[in-house]
Amino acid sequence: MRAFEYASPTTKEQAVALLGEKWGEIEVLAGGTDLLSLMKDDVAQPKRLVDIKEVKELQGIKYAPATGLRLGALVTMQELLENPAIKKEYPALAQAADGITSPQIRNAGTVGGDLCQRPRCWYFRDGMGLLAQDAKGRPLVPEGENRYHAILGNSGPAYFVNPSSLAPALIALGASIRIFGPKGPREVGAGEFFVTPKTNGEREYVLKPNEIVTDILVPPAAGARNATYEVRQREALDWPLAAAAVALKMSGARISSARVVLGHVAPVPWPAPEAEKFLAGKTVSEQVAQDAGASALRGAKALSQNTYKIQLAKVAVKRAILRAAQGRV
Amino acid sequence: MPDYKWPDATRRALMGKRHSRIDGPDKVSGKAKYTQDRKLPDMLYGRIVRCPYAHAKVVSVDTSAAEKMPGVRAVTVIQGPGKEIHWAGDEIVAIAATDENIARDAARSVKVVYEQLPHFVREEDLSEAGSQIKDPEEKTEGDPDKGFKEADVVSEGVYGLPVITHCTFESHGSLNAWEGDDKLLAYISTQAVSDVGSGYAQPLKIPAANVHILQDHIGGGFGSKFSTDRWDVEAAVLAKKAGKPVRMVLDRDEELKVAGARPSTFARVKVAAKKDGTILAWDSTSWGTGGLTGAGAPPLPYCWRIPYRLKHYAVATNIGPSRAWRAPNHPQACCITMGALEDLAATLKMDPLDLFLKNIEMTAPRANLYKEELLKAAEMIEWKKKWHPRGDTTPGHIKKGLGLSIHTWGGRGHVSENRVTIHADGSVSCELASQDLGTGTRTVIAIVAAETLGLPISAITVKIGDNRYPRSGASGGSTTVGGVSASTRRATVDARDLLFQKVAPALNADAAKLEAVGGRIQVQGDPTKSMTWKQACARLGATPIVATGKCIGGRDELTNQGVGGAQMVEVAVDTETGIVKIEKFVAVQDVGYLISLKTAESQMYGAIIMGISYSLFEEKIMDPTTGRMVNPNMEFYKLAGIGDIGRIQVHMVMNKEQDERGVIGLGEPPVVSPGAAIGNAIANAIGIRVPNLPFTPDRVLAALEKRGGLS
Repeated sequence: MRAFEYASPTTKEQAVALLGEKWGEIEVLAGGTDLLSLMKDDVAQPKRLVDIKEVKELQGIKYAPATGLRLGALVTMQELLENPAIKKEYPALAQAADGITSPQIRNAGTVGGDLCQRPRCWYFRDGMGLLAQDAKGRPLVPEGENRYHAILGNSGPAYFVNPSSLAPALIALGASIRIFGPKGPREVGAGEFFVTPKTNGEREYVLKPNEIVTDILVPPAAGARNATYEVRQREALDWPLAAAAVALKMSGARISSARVVLGHVAPVPWPAPEAEKFLAGKTVSEQVAQDAGASALRGAKALSQNTYKIQLAKVAVKRAILRAAQGRV
Repeated sequence: MPDYKWPDATRRALMGKRHSRIDGPDKVSGKAKYTQDRKLPDMLYGRIVRCPYAHAKVVSVDTSAAEKMPGVRAVTVIQGPGKEIHWAGDEIVAIAATDENIARDAARSVKVVYEQLPHFVREEDLSEAGSQIKDPEEKTEGDPDKGFKEADVVSEGVYGLPVITHCTFESHGSLNAWEGDDKLLAYISTQAVSDVGSGYAQPLKIPAANVHILQDHIGGGFGSKFSTDRWDVEAAVLAKKAGKPVRMVLDRDEELKVAGARPSTFARVKVAAKKDGTILAWDSTSWGTGGLTGAGAPPLPYCWRIPYRLKHYAVATNIGPSRAWRAPNHPQACCITMGALEDLAATLKMDPLDLFLKNIEMTAPRANLYKEELLKAAEMIEWKKKWHPRGDTTPGHIKKGLGLSIHTWGGRGHVSENRVTIHADGSVSCELASQDLGTGTRTVIAIVAAETLGLPISAITVKIGDNRYPRSGASGGSTTVGGVSASTRRATVDARDLLFQKVAPALNADAAKLEAVGGRIQVQGDPTKSMTWKQACARLGATPIVATGKCIGGRDELTNQGVGGAQMVEVAVDTETGIVKIEKFVAVQDVGYLISLKTAESQMYGAIIMGISYSLFEEKIMDPTTGRMVNPNMEFYKLAGIGDIGRIQVHMVMNKEQDERGVIGLGEPPVVSPGAAIGNAIANAIGIRVPNLPFTPDRVLAALEKRGGLS
């Protein structure tokens, strides 16, 4: 790990004033579960760390039936998991946090960090850049070891998958992300927060280098049945091979409208409008859930080694729908 | 002639019973010091500059920036211009600096120019290996052609195990300090305390006698820590240059890239049999890699004496060097053989347990043992109740299946010498330059000594991990327990008999008629003529009793070799996701005369967990374009966690017959079968063979697809 400056502001204004105009030179430190690994691997080489843990206004969970949920960016995954209101109203979020089967990461990792963590792509982590290219700029992923890479949105130049545990659920629940920068606060929809980079220097989200995530706002679930299902091979800490989050608005036994969002399958969390359209007006059954999974993956295209992920993503959609319908946490 | 024989079951207070390991409290409290915990005043931190290419020639090396960096104390070029490098991660330059970060900065500042050369890192498909394939080894025994001619059925299959790493929890490393010009003190993480010093002596041109090796505890070796490595020797060179101790410890990524790999083996197998299940003949073509040198042929067919024809191709690759991995070649041979036989049973529509039992004579000389073990394992897992023909027909996407395997290993004790001292205050020490790999070696030594001297285990001080103690062999091949228990037994019997001679006059008895039991020295069978151990030792005065005992290895009668073992497993496969879960794993194992039941069982658990891990998760994944390992970390080099191992039940075969054989090692045999048993259970569950380990969702789903679609 290279030497760096360390700053510990106590207000968000101070925090953004300490940030810079260029990615990579200054990084925001919260739980550090990802950033410190990147620094140890020399993938991130910041000259300054801005530790936002002392910015108290970024903490705390608030829930009111009328206004919904507000998560401070510094809320830990464990706090989220243990919150009774979240468990009851937003099981999709609790289930996503529960999928991080490492108590250490749940205790240190924050919800803001979950959104801003960098891709787990092993080429990126080996210093080959976000787009995983060789010295001549040729992509390594399509003919390389791509078993964990994207099956959607993978026509290049990005092939990694978005690593966020919470993002699919947040998008399905219609959440928005509040951002703070030198010009003050702004808000974007959770679905608009993530972008697919075109060059190695870009990031996978709309934050500017001098902005931070401050809050996550989730509207009232209003009875929408919601769930997350992650396909992971191991019980020990393991990144999902595919995941899906769904939110189903019910009218009696029928689905009046649905949100279906896939995770770990594309460079961004991947909404599945075809599946949503398919589900509208249907009564949930195993067959309906399975067909919804199939329609969600209709546009999927495997790389040389990851055909199996298409199947896993279908199953994730199916099981998320069934789990939501059962209303079990 | 002293009576060294192991006491039988009626005459042992401690041996064969469950005792907690004596270093357990130190380990769980953090008191136990591993090589990585060692620090010396003014110690420097070593760092290696490694080649990023899988095959290259070094054109130039410029270390000037590193040498100028404040805090850098020494720099050496390990492989300079002109050297051909054969794997990514090979050592180029070594640096010592005052702290770790400076050492890393300095390493990054070294400019090495390489000429890249073509590399080859994927051997799974032999047809793509081209000129990397070496001339085959071929071997025939019996008349396999006759068998294939007379066969009613011929079963064919493909089986394979990839290269995996040792992934020891404590990475390789050492702390090296010079005492004067020609004496080296090295704390090194090693499986060979007595012998590892010679690995320093030769390249450093100092007498082997001048290398002092110390190691209290080791965080795993599994066959990867027998010798010094280049980074250890270079650390000693740096230490001399800098005039300060140098610690060189590998990072996790270095550990996984260069510090140990198990060779791969893939095989196409044909087995011939009669309709009634009589196995007739074996034919296999196998290949694998252990890096540049390829890999040796696995002993096929494994455990079964079937007339055979074998062809094995070694494939040279640029994946890095292989090392002995717990039971070298056995897991590969076992998985291929037991897989092929289970496939044969499925072809014959036979229960594989029946097929094994029908042909059990082919496992001579251990046929009776295997039969007994298979029946015991079957009872433990309720085989007859739970087994179904291939393909679980229960509705739903979870399919369950049973699999079985048998294995064998040698395990005779190595050469060992133990020096026992009985002091006048009653304290007892055992000194031998052995090592405890976490297997319970210290505990075994203490149990044997305590049993022989009639003392509690806590009365024995075990001193190992220092090459100034009498020599004891390296811990490899499951040879340690046989070696150290035999040397301890002889040393303590001799020491005890010397004590008997000292105290016999006071007890007015013949020394030969004394015994040491329950903390007393007494006339055999007569507690009225006795004295306490302390009283006895007090008679020694200023001269303690010192006795040495040996295990001579080879023909030593206190140890033996040749074990069998049977393992069975029930798995649950999610046929929608291809995820395999272990439901229950049972293992039955003989080990001759068993000294320490609890640590033996613990060895079994550990081996089975390691076996589950390599069966389901582990793989050294190499990128074809860069030739680099893409998963040199604990996120993607996946190991089984506690939630992944199911319920494990072990049973040690303990009886008079086993007692009479002598002590046999246990470190390796139980790790041999899990891949085979789990692979067979998956085939039984889902109705088709998944050819290659690890049994990951992609491989399981691909097999299901081949079977005719997903459920």
